[in-house]
Amino acid sequence: MAATAPALASCSGVQSTLDPGGAEATQIATLFWVMTAGGFLIWAFVVALSLYASQWKRKSISERGAGRIIFWGGVVFPVTVLTALLAYALWLMPWLRPFGAEEGTGVRVEVVGSQFWWHVVYRRPDGTSVVSANEIRLPVGERVEFSLESADMIHSFWIPSLGGKMDMIPGRTNRLSLLATRPGTYRGQCAEFCGISHAYMAFPAIAMEPADFEAWLEQRSRPSAGVWAPSAGHDLFMREGCGTCHSVDGTEAGGTQPAGIALGRTPAAGIAGPDLSHVGSRLTIGAGLLANDEEALARFIAHSASIKPGSQMPAYPGLSPDELRAIAAWLKGLQ
Amino acid sequence: MSDVSEAGRDRAAQEAQLRAVWANPSGWRYWTSVNNTQVGLWYGSAAFAFMLFAGLLALLVRAQLAVPENDLISAELYNQAYTLHGTVMMFLFAVPIFEAVAIFLLPPMLGARELPFPRLGAFGFWSFFIGGVFVCGSIFFGAAPNSGWFMYPPLATSEQAGIGADIWLLGLSFIEVASLAAAVELIVGIMKCRAPGMRVNLMPLFAWYLLIVAGMIIFAFPPLIAGDLLFEMQRMFDWPFFDAARGGDPLLWQHLFWIFGHPEVYIIFLPAIALLAMIIPTFAGRPIVGYSWIVLAAVGTGFLSFGLWVHHMFATGLPQISLAFFSAASEAVAIPTAVQIFVFIATMLAGRVIFSIPMLFAMGGIAIFVMGGLTGVMVALVPFDWQAHDTYFIVAHLHYVLIGGMLFPIFAGLYYYYPLIDGKHMSERVGRLAFWLMFTGFNITFLPMHITGLRGMPRRVYTYPADIGWDWLNLLSTVGAVVLGIGMFAVVVDVTLHRRRKPKGEQNPWNAGTLEWVSEPEENWGVRSIPRIESRYPLWDQKDLARQVHAGEWYLPDAKEGRRETLVTSVLDAEPEQVLRVGGTSYVSIFCAATLGTVFIALTFKFWVVSLLAGAAFLAGVIYWLWTGTGEIPEKEEKDIGHGISLPLYASGVKSVGWWAMFITMSGDGTAFASLVFGYFFFWTRHEDFMVGLEGPGMFWPLVALALFAAAWAATVAARETNRRGGLGLSRVLLGAGVALSIAGCAAGLAGPWSYGMDPTQHVYPAVVWVLVIWAAVHGGVGIIMQLYCLARSIAGRLTARHDMELQNVTLYWHFMLVTALITFGVVGLFPEAL
Repeated sequence: MAATAPALASCSGVQSTLDPGGAEATQIATLFWVMTAGGFLIWAFVVALSLYASQWKRKSISERGAGRIIFWGGVVFPVTVLTALLAYALWLMPWLRPFGAEEGTGVRVEVVGSQFWWHVVYRRPDGTSVVSANEIRLPVGERVEFSLESADMIHSFWIPSLGGKMDMIPGRTNRLSLLATRPGTYRGQCAEFCGISHAYMAFPAIAMEPADFEAWLEQRSRPSAGVWAPSAGHDLFMREGCGTCHSVDGTEAGGTQPAGIALGRTPAAGIAGPDLSHVGSRLTIGAGLLANDEEALARFIAHSASIKPGSQMPAYPGLSPDELRAIAAWLKGLQ
Repeated sequence: MSDVSEAGRDRAAQEAQLRAVWANPSGWRYWTSVNNTQVGLWYGSAAFAFMLFAGLLALLVRAQLAVPENDLISAELYNQAYTLHGTVMMFLFAVPIFEAVAIFLLPPMLGARELPFPRLGAFGFWSFFIGGVFVCGSIFFGAAPNSGWFMYPPLATSEQAGIGADIWLLGLSFIEVASLAAAVELIVGIMKCRAPGMRVNLMPLFAWYLLIVAGMIIFAFPPLIAGDLLFEMQRMFDWPFFDAARGGDPLLWQHLFWIFGHPEVYIIFLPAIALLAMIIPTFAGRPIVGYSWIVLAAVGTGFLSFGLWVHHMFATGLPQISLAFFSAASEAVAIPTAVQIFVFIATMLAGRVIFSIPMLFAMGGIAIFVMGGLTGVMVALVPFDWQAHDTYFIVAHLHYVLIGGMLFPIFAGLYYYYPLIDGKHMSERVGRLAFWLMFTGFNITFLPMHITGLRGMPRRVYTYPADIGWDWLNLLSTVGAVVLGIGMFAVVVDVTLHRRRKPKGEQNPWNAGTLEWVSEPEENWGVRSIPRIESRYPLWDQKDLARQVHAGEWYLPDAKEGRRETLVTSVLDAEPEQVLRVGGTSYVSIFCAATLGTVFIALTFKFWVVSLLAGAAFLAGVIYWLWTGTGEIPEKEEKDIGHGISLPLYASGVKSVGWWAMFITMSGDGTAFASLVFGYFFFWTRHEDFMVGLEGPGMFWPLVALALFAAAWAATVAARETNRRGGLGLSRVLLGAGVALSIAGCAAGLAGPWSYGMDPTQHVYPAVVWVLVIWAAVHGGVGIIMQLYCLARSIAGRLTARHDMELQNVTLYWHFMLVTALITFGVVGLFPEAL
């Protein structure tokens, strides 16, 4: 296992804890490699000693000697190693998640887990906020505080490449602090079993240069230009009542606003559907499920329930292919 | 010459008596047998069958995950399959298999004919079997639980429209009752039924471990039963214990579940170590090195295991200071575990090891388990767990621990103890093949899972996208699972087919030193006569012991009165105290298990009337069982057990096994109650305004209820005292008064929340008050039945000044009842006033 380790670490994927792009993940990966190397040595020693004792040895040792082996192997050695390990890990904890210290600086992100998608609100230091869904963006080199809540079941918010996970529990607000160190596109996923489409509750997480991130946030704080493009899709979107659940900034589509979020409480009724204000520019749709193109959008609208079991979105198989294409084109235009 | 033949005739006559007394009924009545050998075998076979079933579910899960974006089975079936896999392995295999082994092995190992409550043992088995079939069967109707074996609310409270969660909650509560029954039986058996002279420091290690484990069951299972109760109240009646919108908290379930769930891991693991502690000295040809070390380590593990549960909740957002505490405790448990492993290594170093199939499985198990233990040390560190939690790394870790620390030792035990079942050996060739298939298959399956998890794959996903680094790892795991399955299958074939061809071996084929190897597989009586023990390895150290036992030269060699009897000895020194007459073949065990099973199953489908009727039948069955089968006044005071010792046939109070059983049962019951009280204060800490402006239950009614219950307790104690002094009439009057006071106490207790119109569906505060008050009232109701039972026994002349066991035990119950009333009504009545 130890021999193949370096090969496994590199290029191990966009969701790998062993290919870190954040401060916490880096520290924990180091901790892991240290423990794995030490653990392997201990394991090999114990197994070799057992084999020696049971098969290879020529002469039995005295009972006194055997007693000493219990004392040194069973007590002294584990106490020493465990004390050192524990001290290291306890020292690491507040360093990894320094809550409270950076209150007020930089952007804060509120994420609400819901079956089976993520509602995301960026709170900017100037008091304004940007609503989004199913995608997390954060600046490299700046600590970002997350407030995590749930609208229904227990979910768990996790971007392995950046750091450890934190549960989203109804009735509670949990906090997480992440520091991205390397720009890139990572993948996050719900880690607590939350129902039938738990497997499809993922999201891309994009670590950007701070300037790019600011520019992105600024652009997102205004309605997309695509909103006003003359389009049959816009009219169909409104006619079919999509706006009842999905908000699109700059239109009358208000969605069901997560009123409780601002108050720091979980809305009892939940949030109906993801915000679509700039859906065209997102990397995926269906919470990390499909690559975002017009065809996938049309398919999802027509067959949401079969693509994503348990999805609350009603399927629209009655729409004609042209109508579906029109809606998809308009949505894709919301850049 | 004539003396010899006379002795021979005596011996043959004794054996004929014993054989007749301990005989199993024939035909279909065989299933009414309560003999520990039969019950142990059924128990073990059923647990083994459930394990194979759960193994097939695992193969289904692995087949679905073999390739990315697979659609072999639906998400719904996948969720049911993995939930049931975990549930069955934990509740229907891992714990019951050890109860089975213990019921089978302990009597001969301790030098007893039987455990003290054979009918209770049989009742436990049938409850387990009925509940197990019910839970397993659900998947064939697509109705199995589907939210994971730890059933987190709110997913399991609200998500499922079906009955899957109810099947889990009620089916498993029923099985937990069976586990508790077995635990009571094992504790009393180990404490009170050892052979004379087998002081606690001479006890076989298996008995030590089982004593510890059964004690852990008594304190670990009740919090889950309390949790199940709250959970089912929410599902059936919408009481909002876990509903955040109405003041409940899903985390309370996690606490209650893991207060059970972590000791559970050690409840599974310690008996497996106990098997190794029997096997390794035998094959090392010497006593274990560090007997005191390993016993203390096992006790330490047992204690520590109750302080670790939060390490399952490191990612729930608890304060870092609590995380640090539980992280340290979790690391600490590695120390006694290391001691146990090194005791084995030291024993082998100091002995000459014969490497047999049991040793092969033992060594393989240790190699796997040590790896699981080391990854356990890793995940016990909070930062690493933030990454590893709920991923395939954990799946790998827990399988290394459970399969290495439990399944392999079980197979070692199977190969080791098989000759005790029918005097034959299992096949060495098949055993070796099976071991290597299982060992390789296991590692191919689970070693890659560590990496799968670190590459970010969460557990419990029914499919996964291609090309993010998980494809070949999953395929490898699936291939390994098939190999592991083939290995298991080889053992099954060996057990069911191959043995028919094997000749019968000798009695103690491994030349082991412990007493269980004197038992004769073809006889039902456990031990022919009960020897005096002077060593930890009596067959090695006490020359000629096996022959003497078989020749009936030791204690209690006969069954002249035609009754099943065994010796009761003192707790620490095992000095003979009593000849205990244990229950024989009877329908009551099956009847009571079936009716209690019907209660739970009918509740699942909300068939209230059926459930009520079955409950009444169960109660009638239990009373019949007690009335006809317990507290019998013997035809003579004492019985001669040989070697000039005569022992009483009747004991009451602290000397009787029934008193101990009551004490242990009520300790468990008290733990469940304590868990509910914990819930009350947990909700208080969660809310600044605990009562949210709601009224009730006031001070008046709770204090009245408390006073009435205290008076009922005093009446019961007084009844016992007057009865003992021969005042039978006054004692009956006092019992009658006790009944009246208890009825009034129950009514007053319920009047508190009732008079304020507290609505338990409105908020968690009224719900938790109601639950506590109902708990006290139900216990009051049981207390009433007990008082009435004693009254009836007294009037029927079956309860006298000398023979007052029932009244002694009922008084003990009432001591616990008094504490329950004190706490319940003190908390619900006074605590809100103190706020």
